Amino acid sequence: MKLHLKIWRQPGKDHPGKFEAYGLEGLNPNMSFLEMMDVLNDRLTREGKEPVAFEHDCREGICGSCAMAINGEPHGPNDGATTCQVYLRSFKDGETLTVEPWRARAFPVLKDLVTDRSAFDRVMQAGGFISVNTGQAPDANAMPIGKEVAEQAFDAAHCIGCGACVAACRNGSAMLFVAAKVSHLGLLPQGQPERKQRVQRMVEAMDAAGFGNCSNQYACEAVCPKKISADWIARMNRDYALSVAQKL
Amino acid sequence: MKLEARVPAGPLADKWKNFKASVRLVSPANKRKYEVIVVGTGLAGGSAAASLAELGYRVKSFCFHDSPRRAHSIAAQGGINAAKNYQNDGDSVRRLFQDTIKGGDFRSREASVYRLAEVSMNIIDQCVAQGVPFAREYGGLLANRSFGGAQVSRTFYARGATGQQLLLGAYAALNRQIGQGRVQMFPRHEMLDLVVADGKAQGIITRNLVTGELKAHAADAVLLCTGGYGNAYYLSTYARGSNATAIWRAHRRGAAFANPCFTQIHPTCIPVSGEYQSKLTLMSESLRNDGRVWVPKQSGDRRPAAKIPEAERDYFLERIYPSYGNLAPRDIASRAAKRVCDEGRGVGGSGLGVYMDFSEAISRLGQRTVQERYGNLFNMYHEITGENAYGAPMRIFPAVHYTMGGLWVDYHLMSNLPGLFVLGEANYSDHGANRLGASALMQGLADGYFVIPYTLGDYLSQQKPAGPKQAADTEAFWQATEDTQKRIQRLLGVKGKRPVSEFHRQLGRILWDHCGMSRSRKGLEQGIEAIRTLRQEFWQDVNVPGSGEDLNQSLEKAGRVSDFLELGELMCRDALEREESCGCHFREEYQTSDGECTRKDEAFAHVAAWEYAGEGKAAVRHAEPLKYEEVSLATRSYK
Repeated sequence: MKLHLKIWRQPGKDHPGKFEAYGLEGLNPNMSFLEMMDVLNDRLTREGKEPVAFEHDCREGICGSCAMAINGEPHGPNDGATTCQVYLRSFKDGETLTVEPWRARAFPVLKDLVTDRSAFDRVMQAGGFISVNTGQAPDANAMPIGKEVAEQAFDAAHCIGCGACVAACRNGSAMLFVAAKVSHLGLLPQGQPERKQRVQRMVEAMDAAGFGNCSNQYACEAVCPKKISADWIARMNRDYALSVAQKL
Repeated sequence: MKLEARVPAGPLADKWKNFKASVRLVSPANKRKYEVIVVGTGLAGGSAAASLAELGYRVKSFCFHDSPRRAHSIAAQGGINAAKNYQNDGDSVRRLFQDTIKGGDFRSREASVYRLAEVSMNIIDQCVAQGVPFAREYGGLLANRSFGGAQVSRTFYARGATGQQLLLGAYAALNRQIGQGRVQMFPRHEMLDLVVADGKAQGIITRNLVTGELKAHAADAVLLCTGGYGNAYYLSTYARGSNATAIWRAHRRGAAFANPCFTQIHPTCIPVSGEYQSKLTLMSESLRNDGRVWVPKQSGDRRPAAKIPEAERDYFLERIYPSYGNLAPRDIASRAAKRVCDEGRGVGGSGLGVYMDFSEAISRLGQRTVQERYGNLFNMYHEITGENAYGAPMRIFPAVHYTMGGLWVDYHLMSNLPGLFVLGEANYSDHGANRLGASALMQGLADGYFVIPYTLGDYLSQQKPAGPKQAADTEAFWQATEDTQKRIQRLLGVKGKRPVSEFHRQLGRILWDHCGMSRSRKGLEQGIEAIRTLRQEFWQDVNVPGSGEDLNQSLEKAGRVSDFLELGELMCRDALEREESCGCHFREEYQTSDGECTRKDEAFAHVAAWEYAGEGKAAVRHAEPLKYEEVSLATRSYK
């Protein structure tokens, strides 16, 4: 099959960028989208041009590295999938695809399709943990945790930190990402002692990193490759409000 | 070269206890005077960096990813073993130890494996305390499942994303220390050299992957937790970025490389679909709990699965290995699949595939239960192949998945270079010639959480802290920085025609053909020749566009592939000189009449540790004999 690509090229952080057009022919529909990028990059290399920088690693939808918007949709057209899990059979022969990096104030572009997502790490460092040093833990079965609670905690904890939620949000909000971690730990009994300060610290760090506020459009939930529910945002807001109220 | 295992005295079950009781300590006030470098942030590196910082050491942590959370441990699906015996099915430390030693075909160090089994229980406790959402029963207690090579249920899991949840636990612990300023984190930094001076590891050279800046970092100890080297085969279940550069360059600086030919080929992966393929996807071994593996009895039978009547199917694992059946260990199951495909009984377009069938499980348990257990794996299969595995059996084929070989370490996890420690998959230690399922996560976390905090203190207690002014401008650091710079310039300067990926693909094909599931003297000799030729071509014709002064992914790849081109030859040589079959290492010359491994214990019950002899020179083979005090060497049988 044949595809026309319009890809964002930007040489560096402080350089202006622009779209470049490339045409690819003879593609196999069973190829993954990233394998198509490999083919393009090998071709560019042979032509003596610089290949397109893009992030990718596990290529099985779990590391959260790949971060591209295809035709304006973070991670492309597939439901519950990352960019690396998109296969060319999802597109029409001869289609034109626009490929861009995440667009968000808190994620500056470093080069081409590579953005700096370290803001997520800073939010996690502020409170995304349970303070337990190695070696102090009681027996794992000492505290039963209901199956349902454990399953819910997993649902929230399954977030891969890719940032699609931020890229999809018109405010560049990271509420879904932060709420998922706050809820994962806040649901479990082990997370209770630090529950209040955790939500406060993480929300503060989120605001400081330049993420916008939630305006209840749920675009984040719609593009999330792990289908993290926007309900967690409501839960985080409740936790946050309670923790602030109790401080007063 | 001195290879002293430093195994503590005493009966096997007391060694670790005795070691901990007599280990030399660093006082709390002195710990902050020591600086420790940890390279890699997977399960081993993340847990080590966090635990050492908690103890009070000053830690610098490095990863080439944009965030420590992206290390490839994140992709482990199935689970983590621990000898908790929560299922009351006869498990114990002793049994986990025995399963692991036997699973590794008696090519691992007894005392290290026993310790691994011992601390396995602490890992589960630690992870639960961190908030890892393991699967649970309705009563609220932890659930378990079975994995290959064991007759008990000792595997803890979090749906099909156990590695993710464990890594996020270690990442959280690491984040806590970063937030408190006890760990200095360097994401997007790749280690390109190890600095050795006065016979000790004293630091590393890194490249900032965004700016290209080379920098020397000095420390009192260096921990390499950089994972395995299976990407040498190009097609593997590894992440695309996984590489051998840190351990290979440490090897070039004098660290012994142990058992490089021990590569795990995992039986249940999605078969290759075309030339463009960049990666193979694993289907968790847990599927073998309910999936039955079969091929048609008749060679050349191309009928679709549904049209082949029950009587004409060969459930070959159940037939050959009745006591373990579909849960035979990985090397055995892979080889059996290869054999039936070689007989022309393989399925799918290429004939390189076998069926894994869930129809019996679906009729026994109902589709809902099967979906609950394996839903995400079935979805993944559907996404990649476009096929629905609830309706027709999955097609699977073996793929490179893990490397048991790695840098040689003693009982303290220290390499032959004092001050250089190696943890997790990067070392060779606990899995012998074959790793059992759900044991990689166990080893990574055992090394990082529960072994290194003790053994590192023992080393540092005998060293004067180098202090903040140490080093980075001494001769050795200057030299290593210059060497690194030269290598980068050399890669950029070839300006040939072919992209890096082409060389990588070719290397992969050579290794898969000659140093894969089955090996022979002739094939290995051919492989070595082919790799040497390819390496020459690489340095004459590789094209690395761009410069060294900014984000240049071609340059990153070129550096890694140049290392694989050297390591690949050593893998073949190791396979050539190990004249026996054991675990994953199957030499056609050494097999029984029914195609099982023939081990040569008198000659090869040892770890092969290779010493680097310089570019273009043949590496020197040394041996650490494996003395079994409590286990008797037996022929491994799963029949």
